Amino acid sequence: MTLTDSPGTAGTAAGVKPVLEVRDLSVSFPTDDGLVQAVRGVSYRLMPREVLGIVGESGSGKSVTSLAIMGLLPRTARIAGSACLGDQELIGAPYSTMQHLRGRRISMVFQDPISSLNPVYSIGWQLAEAVRAHHDVSKQAAADRAVDLLQLVGIPNAKERASNYPHEFSGGMRQRVVIAIAIANDPEVLIADEPTTALDVTVQAQILETLDLARRETNAAMVLITHDLGVVAGVADRVLVMYAGKPVETGTVDEIYYSSRMPYTLGLLASLPRLDDRKGGALRPIPGSPPSLLNLAPGCPFSPRCTYRGDVCDEQEPELLEVAPGGHRAACHFSDQLEQRREAPVLETDATLQEELA
Amino acid sequence: MTAAVEVPPTPLPSADPVLQVRNLVKHFPVRGSGVTRRTVGEIHAVCDVSFDVARGETLGVVGESGCGKSTTGRAILNLQPATSGQVIYDGKDVTQLTGSALRVVRRDMQLVFQDPFASLNPRMTVNNLVGEPLVIHHIGESKQARRDVVAELLRTVGLNPEHGNRYAHEFSGGQRQRIGIARAIALEPKVLVLDEPVSALDVSIQAGVVNLLEDLQDRLGLSYVFIAHDLSVVRHIADRVAVMYLGRIVEVATRDALFERPAHPYTRALLSAIPIPDPRKERERRRIVLVGDVPSPAAPPSGCRFRTRCQVFRDDLNDDQRQLCIEQHPALEERGQGHPVSCHYADVERVV
Repeated sequence: MTLTDSPGTAGTAAGVKPVLEVRDLSVSFPTDDGLVQAVRGVSYRLMPREVLGIVGESGSGKSVTSLAIMGLLPRTARIAGSACLGDQELIGAPYSTMQHLRGRRISMVFQDPISSLNPVYSIGWQLAEAVRAHHDVSKQAAADRAVDLLQLVGIPNAKERASNYPHEFSGGMRQRVVIAIAIANDPEVLIADEPTTALDVTVQAQILETLDLARRETNAAMVLITHDLGVVAGVADRVLVMYAGKPVETGTVDEIYYSSRMPYTLGLLASLPRLDDRKGGALRPIPGSPPSLLNLAPGCPFSPRCTYRGDVCDEQEPELLEVAPGGHRAACHFSDQLEQRREAPVLETDATLQEELA
Repeated sequence: MTAAVEVPPTPLPSADPVLQVRNLVKHFPVRGSGVTRRTVGEIHAVCDVSFDVARGETLGVVGESGCGKSTTGRAILNLQPATSGQVIYDGKDVTQLTGSALRVVRRDMQLVFQDPFASLNPRMTVNNLVGEPLVIHHIGESKQARRDVVAELLRTVGLNPEHGNRYAHEFSGGQRQRIGIARAIALEPKVLVLDEPVSALDVSIQAGVVNLLEDLQDRLGLSYVFIAHDLSVVRHIADRVAVMYLGRIVEVATRDALFERPAHPYTRALLSAIPIPDPRKERERRRIVLVGDVPSPAAPPSGCRFRTRCQVFRDDLNDDQRQLCIEQHPALEERGQGHPVSCHYADVERVV
C-alpha cells in the first residue's frame, strides 16, 4: 500500500502548529419546523501533512462542517465557533478574504465531479482559471501549468485533452480534473468530501492513488470525509467519528478500529459485511435510526440505539473526553467500562468484534 | 400454454434449478439524431449470458456500472425483452411469453428495486402499496382477508401493521426498502431478483435489511438473483457469484472459491480494489490498480473484452500470447481452477 506511507502523527508534537484548527464549530439552519442543529460543536486540529478521516452516516453533519469552514453555506445558516487556517480566522471572514483563500490555501474536492465542473468551458480553460485567479501570470503560462497538472493527475494525452469539455470525460477522469483544480495553487489544506462515492471500485482505487499523489506533491494536509470505513482504514492517519452533529470519538486509525471506546463506533464496525469474512453468520445492525436534529432530546443522542445505555445517558450528554494518552477521545459515560469489559465478553457486539479482528 | 422447452447445457449446471438462463443477449439500438432516427449502432448490454439458479440458492451477480448486471435482471423478468436467448422457468421460456401467460409466471418471479424512494408511489398508503399485487392477481376473497394478509406481510418484514395507513415518505430509507420487499413477497414468489437492494442505505441500516433477506430466504425457500456492486455484501449473502464485465460473465464460482481463489484478472483487480475496514490488513495489501476506464459497450474490444485494461495482458504476456487475447474470445469454461473462467491465461492468486 502506498497510501499510508506517512507515519501516524499523534497531532501533539511540540513546536508544530496545526494548519487548521477548528474550535466549537456549530451550524444550525432555521426551517419552518424549527431550528435544525446540523453541527453541534466540532473541534479538531489538522497537523501539517496529516490525513484526517471524518466518518459518519448521512445527516451526521460531516459535510456541513466542511462547508462551514470553506464559507460555502447559504446565508441563512447560523454559524458559531472558530476555524483557523494558520492565523487566519475563516468563520465570519468577509467574502473578499475567503475568495482570496479558497483555492489558494484551502481547497475542496466534491463528491459529484460533473456538477463541480462548468459544462460550457473546456477543462484546460477551467484549470487555467484556477491558476490565474490567484497568480498574475500570462494566459499562456497558465495554460501550460494546466497541462502539467493534468499530466500529474494521470490524464493521458494531457495536451490534447485540455481542449475537451467535461462531458467528453468519464467519471473517474472528471474527478481527476477536479483534483487537479484543487491542487493548482499548492494549498495547505485539501478537503475531500466523499471523493469516490459516485465511482466504481476499480476507479475508486485509481482516484485514491491520485489523491495521495496530489497530497504528496503539494505537501497538503487532507480532511477526507466519507461514510466508507474501508477507505478511511487505508488512507487516514487519524479518524473523527461523527454522530448527530457531534464528534463521538477521535483517535488514530488503530485506536478507532482496534480499541474503540464508543458504542456507536463499535456498532458501526460490527454491522459491516466484510470482504475478508470467512465465517458468515448474521450481521449485527445497529437498531433504530439516527435521531432528528430538530428538537434533539437531552442526553446522549445515541442512547435510544445503544445496548450499553444507563440512566445517566438519558439525562446528560457525555463530553468528548480523553480515554487514553495521545489524543484518543470518546464521548460515552461508560467508555472506561468498555475497556474493562473488553477481556470479559459481557458486551455482545464488543466480543464479536474482538473475535473478528483477532 | 407453451410446451416445455429444451434446455441447452451450461458450464456450471445446478442439481435442482429453478431458473435457467441460456445464451441471453440484449442489445439496445443507438439512434441517429436525424429526422428518421435511423439505428446507427448497437449497445451490447448483455452478451451470451448463461447460468442456473437452484432452489433456495442465492446467486450474486457483481460488476461495475454498465456491465449489464441490471439489464440481465430485467431481461430475466421480461421487463425488457431479450434480443435472443432463453430464460426458462417451470418448463416455460419467459422471453416468449406475453399477456396472461406472462402474468402467471410473474407471480413467481418478483423484483426489488434499488431506490426505495423512487419505487414506491408517494400517493399510496403502505396498506395499498403492499396489497396492490394481491388485487392485481385476484388473491384473497374479501377486502378484510387481503388486509389480514398485508398485516402479516408487514410483520414478516419487521414493520408495525398499525403504520399501514401511513405514506411512504413517513418512513426512513431502511423501512421503505422493507415495504418494497413486502410488496415483492406478497404473491409468495419462488424467485426474487434483487437489484442493488441495499446500496442506497446507510451501513448501520443496511445490515438489518441483509439479515431480513437471509431470514426470508430460510423461511420461504426463495431463490435470489442478488445484483450488487458491493462485493462485501455479496460475500456475506451469496452462495455462488457471477462476475460480469462489459456484458459477459467472466467468472462464476461458489462464494468461497471466488473470494479465496479468484482466477480471472478482472476478478482479482476488483477484489483487490475493495477497501477492508481493518487498518493493519489494509497496509499490507497489494492493490491491483487497473488503468483507464471501461470501453464503450457500443464498440467492445475484439477477442477478450477485458484486454484493454488487463494487468496480465499489459505486464506478463509476450506479443504472441497477446495475439490470442486480441483474436479469440475466451470461452467461459473450466480451465483447471476448479470453476469456469473466461480467460486464456487464467491463474489463481489470493488478493483478499
